[in-house]
Amino acid sequence: MTQKNRLQSGGRIDRTRPLPFEYNGKRYTGFAGDTLASALLANGVDLVGRSFKYSRPRGIVAAGADEPNAIMQLGASEATQVPNVRATQQELYEGLVAHSTNGWPSTEFDLMGYLGKVGGRMMPPGFYYKTFMYPQAMWDTYEKYIRKAAGLGRSPLENDPDRYDHVNQHADVMVVGGGPSGLSAALVAARSGARVILADEQAEFGGMLLHSDEQIDGVAAVEWVADRVRALGEMDNVLLLPRSTVNGYHDHNFLTIHQRLSDHLSDRAPQGQVRQRIHRVRARWVVLASGAIERPLVYGNNDLPGCMLASAVSTYIKRYAVVPGQRLVLMTTNDYGYRAAFDWQDAGHAIAAIVDTRTNPDGEAVSMVRDRGLNLITGAAVIEVTGGNRVSGVVIADIDEGGGRVTGKPYSLACDTVASAGGWSPTVHLSCHTGSRPEWRDDIAAFVPGKGVQQQLVAGAVNGSYALAACLEEGARQGAQAAINAGFEVDLEQLPIPSARNVEEWPAMPLFHVPHTKPTSRAPKQFVDYQTDVTAAAVELATREGFESIEHVKRYTAMGFGTDQGKLGNINGMAIAAKSMNKSIPETGTTIFRPNYTPVTFGAIAGRHCNELFDPKRLTAMHGWHQQHGAKFEDVGQWKRAWYFPQPGESMRQALDRECRATRESVGIMDASTLGKIDIQGRDAREFLGRVYSNAWAKLGVGKCRYGLMCGEDGMVFDDGVTSCLAEDHFLMTTTTGGAAHVLEWLELYHQTEWPELEVYFNTVTDHWATMSIAGPRSRELLAELTDDIDLGRDAFNFMEWRSGTVAGVPARIFRISFTGELSFEINVQANYGLYVWEKLFEHGKKYNLTPYGTETMHILRAEKGFIIAGQDTDGSVTPLDLGMGWCVANQKPFSYIGKRGMAREDCVKPQRKQLVGLKSRDPQVVIPEGSQAVDDPNQPLPMRMLGHVTSSYYSANLERSIAMGFVRGGHDRMGDTVYYPQADGTVIEAEICSPIFLDPKGERQNV
Amino acid sequence: MQKYSGFGLLKHALSHHENWQRVWRNPTPRTHYDVIIIGGGGHGLATAYYLAKEHGITNVAVIEKGYLGGGNTARNTTIVRSNYLWDEAAHLYEHALKLWEGLSQDLNYNVMFSQRGVLNLGHTLQDMRDIQRRVNANRLNGIDGEVLDAKQVQEIVPIMDCSANRRYPVMGASWQPRGGVARHDAVAWGFARAADRLGVDLIQQCEVVDIQVEDGAATAVVTKQHGTIKAGRIGCVVAGNSSVLAQMAGFRLPLESHPLQALVSEPIKPVLDTVVMSNHVHGYISQADKGDLVIGAGIDGYNGYGQRGSYPTIEHTVQAIVELFPIFSRVRMNRQWGGIVDTCPDACPIISDTPVENLFFNCGWGTGGFKATPGSGHVFAATLAKGEAHELAKPFSMYRFYDGALIDEHGAAGVAH
Amino acid sequence: MFHIYCPYCEEHREEEEFHAKGQAHIARPPAPDDCSDREWGEFLYFRDNPRGLHHELWVHAAGCRKFFNITRDTQTYEIRETYKIGDQPAVSTNPDQ
Repeated sequence: MTQKNRLQSGGRIDRTRPLPFEYNGKRYTGFAGDTLASALLANGVDLVGRSFKYSRPRGIVAAGADEPNAIMQLGASEATQVPNVRATQQELYEGLVAHSTNGWPSTEFDLMGYLGKVGGRMMPPGFYYKTFMYPQAMWDTYEKYIRKAAGLGRSPLENDPDRYDHVNQHADVMVVGGGPSGLSAALVAARSGARVILADEQAEFGGMLLHSDEQIDGVAAVEWVADRVRALGEMDNVLLLPRSTVNGYHDHNFLTIHQRLSDHLSDRAPQGQVRQRIHRVRARWVVLASGAIERPLVYGNNDLPGCMLASAVSTYIKRYAVVPGQRLVLMTTNDYGYRAAFDWQDAGHAIAAIVDTRTNPDGEAVSMVRDRGLNLITGAAVIEVTGGNRVSGVVIADIDEGGGRVTGKPYSLACDTVASAGGWSPTVHLSCHTGSRPEWRDDIAAFVPGKGVQQQLVAGAVNGSYALAACLEEGARQGAQAAINAGFEVDLEQLPIPSARNVEEWPAMPLFHVPHTKPTSRAPKQFVDYQTDVTAAAVELATREGFESIEHVKRYTAMGFGTDQGKLGNINGMAIAAKSMNKSIPETGTTIFRPNYTPVTFGAIAGRHCNELFDPKRLTAMHGWHQQHGAKFEDVGQWKRAWYFPQPGESMRQALDRECRATRESVGIMDASTLGKIDIQGRDAREFLGRVYSNAWAKLGVGKCRYGLMCGEDGMVFDDGVTSCLAEDHFLMTTTTGGAAHVLEWLELYHQTEWPELEVYFNTVTDHWATMSIAGPRSRELLAELTDDIDLGRDAFNFMEWRSGTVAGVPARIFRISFTGELSFEINVQANYGLYVWEKLFEHGKKYNLTPYGTETMHILRAEKGFIIAGQDTDGSVTPLDLGMGWCVANQKPFSYIGKRGMAREDCVKPQRKQLVGLKSRDPQVVIPEGSQAVDDPNQPLPMRMLGHVTSSYYSANLERSIAMGFVRGGHDRMGDTVYYPQADGTVIEAEICSPIFLDPKGERQNV
Repeated sequence: MQKYSGFGLLKHALSHHENWQRVWRNPTPRTHYDVIIIGGGGHGLATAYYLAKEHGITNVAVIEKGYLGGGNTARNTTIVRSNYLWDEAAHLYEHALKLWEGLSQDLNYNVMFSQRGVLNLGHTLQDMRDIQRRVNANRLNGIDGEVLDAKQVQEIVPIMDCSANRRYPVMGASWQPRGGVARHDAVAWGFARAADRLGVDLIQQCEVVDIQVEDGAATAVVTKQHGTIKAGRIGCVVAGNSSVLAQMAGFRLPLESHPLQALVSEPIKPVLDTVVMSNHVHGYISQADKGDLVIGAGIDGYNGYGQRGSYPTIEHTVQAIVELFPIFSRVRMNRQWGGIVDTCPDACPIISDTPVENLFFNCGWGTGGFKATPGSGHVFAATLAKGEAHELAKPFSMYRFYDGALIDEHGAAGVAH
Repeated sequence: MFHIYCPYCEEHREEEEFHAKGQAHIARPPAPDDCSDREWGEFLYFRDNPRGLHHELWVHAAGCRKFFNITRDTQTYEIRETYKIGDQPAVSTNPDQ
């Protein structure tokens, strides 16, 4: 197809680089420098989508981030699909594949459109709240169809092949927007030596200057831009970020920038490159030079393809050499809008009329119209357009001076394009993100950023200063001020200010809703928000129904909820709401903009922090060995812990039975390196331990170890472990694997805030040591083969003592502690010797059938002994007494340790608390599922009275039966009673309450 | 009141929708009400509705600082479920869920309650133990629930990556089929319209600046816009401002107010038909009827009344979603926002009398208030009507923080909602 | 994201290095065993939670591991001062002062 709307010359496109692309299955060609939108317009594609509610045909309206209609599905393959891309912001590349998003069976031939015409009247705002209720059961069905009709593009169904990353940046001056104000600001700030970041969402810097005829410092604006960009690019203290949208302005001058590195190149990022990047910027001062967005005028059928923003028409003609039609009607409320008509005429196309809504405009623009011999109609408006899938004509009528009503007889005029210029809305979004409320200015009929709450300055159009000369001057001054505020020197007297001609403009007319001969409710649809299909009638109806807060109006009508977040429609909508309630716009107020300014790819926000890097993996020194020996792993905190070591062909149960038996019969070994280890030193270390543990520490001698329970101030157990006395002023505390970091912070909290007078120091040494626990009746024999400097004799090295010496020639600390109830030694060596010592143990261990076991066997062995696991047998609602661990509570200690007062509260000492007990299923082969809930009467009606849940439950190969621990109300006094565990499948498991110590109640095995 | 129906819609279409009645009046406040409810969010409006409907108390005002349903009601992610661990919480939320199930018809307002099911994922062995425990408790409390393995989860959510090669693979989930989502604004508007119909005065743009207390009893509220308004009883339902109101009455609450952020993607075609929540990777997601993916996670750690939080929280949340749903990597986030949640130390609410007579508080719902809206209003209405706590509200007295009878739902409520 | 001055490191660092730990200056009662349940509950759970200036405890968790205090406006999130444990705030939360 030919590019029928393309001019032969001009524009910023490269005619030597034609780019073929595909839209809705058809092949087209554009040029390098095109956006998808400009390429479609060049090819005469009018129709780019269907509206989601009324299924009306829609065309391209705007040329930038404000585009509501041209929302495309992009992607040449399933994995590279991107939904909802604005064609106006997508640069064209060779082979680009795009589809329109709404319309069935196709956008061009749309059946839903007929339904929209018929059913549209049934769909006022909030219609879904008023219907689909009866019968109740039908809602699921209604909802299915509502859901299908909603949504725009679709998610890819395959994983993203691209990568994303984050960069942290620090700037003295961050300039948002690379138009005249931003370029001006950046250069002044940069010349002071400040580190400057200049970001702009477009591919090229320059903003509106890229389609302007104006001159700056005596040269064409585009040349001035090129010169400035070159100058900035040569400075080391400047970072220029094109294709980079500042999306969020957060607290303490933190901004996020979404940079598209390769979306303009190809379907997916070139090999080895990052697709998009988030810059996380901490700026000393920010200059917002984000410009303004032109407001469309709201008139009948203003959504027909061919209705466009005046500034967009100029942009397409001047920047892309595309004239999006043959015959133009321009409707404007201000002088600036005239430029579109001049550009149109200069491109050699016909102008049917310029309709100025002002009664007697008489500025420079008007005299130019006369010079050019154009048809100027004043004091009138286009009240409606006509046409099918494209504008074919307009209906014009005189209106009164205030724009409130039609005063003349309507008449028609043929045309295929209507450009409307309703004035400008400053892009206040980023300022709003900080919590600053925008302020209404009557003189320009627009909201501007309110008083800044951060280190923020504003310059140019965003500040309501639209004239080029004013933009350039404000930019320079604010750039200078930002640099000065950030600590740099600028001579304000000698500030070079770029000069531009001052254009004399006739005052603009505030007009937010073009009147019609019919009342709004009966006039042709006058769209306020195209993407969400909100009309002026809908806004008026909402206020009539009592939705009087502007937030209510927005929520009831969905105005501003589209992907453009109401960039075009919000101000018109607010003004219409205000008028229908007889309020002023500032009285009605505005809704608040939130990040993002434009949508940001989830992958970019996630950056590298997904897949393997979602969370750090912590591995022990022996991890590789475990892998080689077939271990299955479980996640505990960030650690990968060996769970069990199945041999080929073994089931989990078989592996566990083997591991358990081997340990009790001979010797097993477990990697316990993940347990938290905190080195505690200082004169008052012992006193400190006494305060944070529930039991006594005053008399623990050097060389001894002791188990301790740690509680919160509420008396609830939150961690446990063995602490050893290394020297009078030196202890080594162990914690649970998952609780280590929290415990260390807990200790620091109490030391730093409550007891700074205690001399004590804490350090984490978890990663310093590799810890291997050998357990079983032959563990002493095994260890004896590898150490010759420690007397392992029963009376020389008692249970709950530790010794230092060497194991396999490596300096080691050996702790004779046991979590299995067996004779057991915990060998600690410097972590980088861990694997060596581990392997040495296996070299010598063959004859003892040394068997590696993981966390699951550890759980079984400890459960046989009734030892708890904090976090599994406790849940933050359990006191030491609930656990039956009164022996671990020393209430006679002089200091009221943490937890003592808490566990004495009324509810904590009441009878019938849930208490931890042992449980034996009636059928010894049945393992009660963990999490089962006990009841006294399994036949009672729902809801049942529950007594407590099973916390730990296993099959014990050593005992040849199942064992369990769990909570039972008042369970400590119910030994021998039967409780019942109703299961999901309807069966009931019967169990007897017993002591949780199933094996060796006297503790003889660990003392051999 | 005009009854809403499909037929009514057709009728109004013929008259160009020019004759719809107001949804509620805009009354001038009287000088005295039997009950004043401070806070016109979902919970406050529900309280007013049930006071009038169930207890015949219609001399009631709801006083709202801003606009109806404009606080957390307008900002939450609309998840409804009742699968709480502890009996007290489970009964309260199940009471609410039962009310949800007929709410659109009761209010004659479609709140779009969509029972599409809620999955709470487990990623570790301990997660799965906790899920077993909770689902067993739910079942015996008469609440629907199932424990699913990874394969069953995959069948329900085919687009989620349930493979073993994730950093924290999905091991299984709890599944509550009766859970789902609702249209948050509609809930507030539906209760408001129904309460107004029964005679309740809804007074918007009216800020309470003081609570008058005489001889230890509350007697009136002082407002900025309408002066002093007397009341027999006062119910305070002001999530995000509870401590501020309590301070006016001269006492403190066991609350901290934190920012809670949420975000949505751009609208996309239906791709996710249920609610997926994960405590462990810390995020949750559902798809609104409009097509947006609605996403949230946990609170920001600091106290904050700014209705905004910190960016890293958004990053972590999105990371969690991309980890669970790698296909969403190229979908784009549209907007984010923040609410203020009053968090209790045990992640359960306070529905309670206070040290001031005739003054009652309903607060501390933390991140999970929306799902309780009808139930919360229902039991609080009974509490206000009778002057003593409704049976289901009794365990949620603020005095539990003295005697220690906390209801620790951190496990079940660990991730917001 | 906050930019927080650590009074121990004497540098501004990103919020990601810190954890908020709630209201500051809540001293553990010197004689817990003499406290009533009510007094203990107040210490454990009840907080000022103001809308406005708030003295709060933070820890430089991924930094020097020191706890310190911040006076911050919970409405605007402006940090008015940071100070070491044991020091008193210079900015008062009492509007009368």
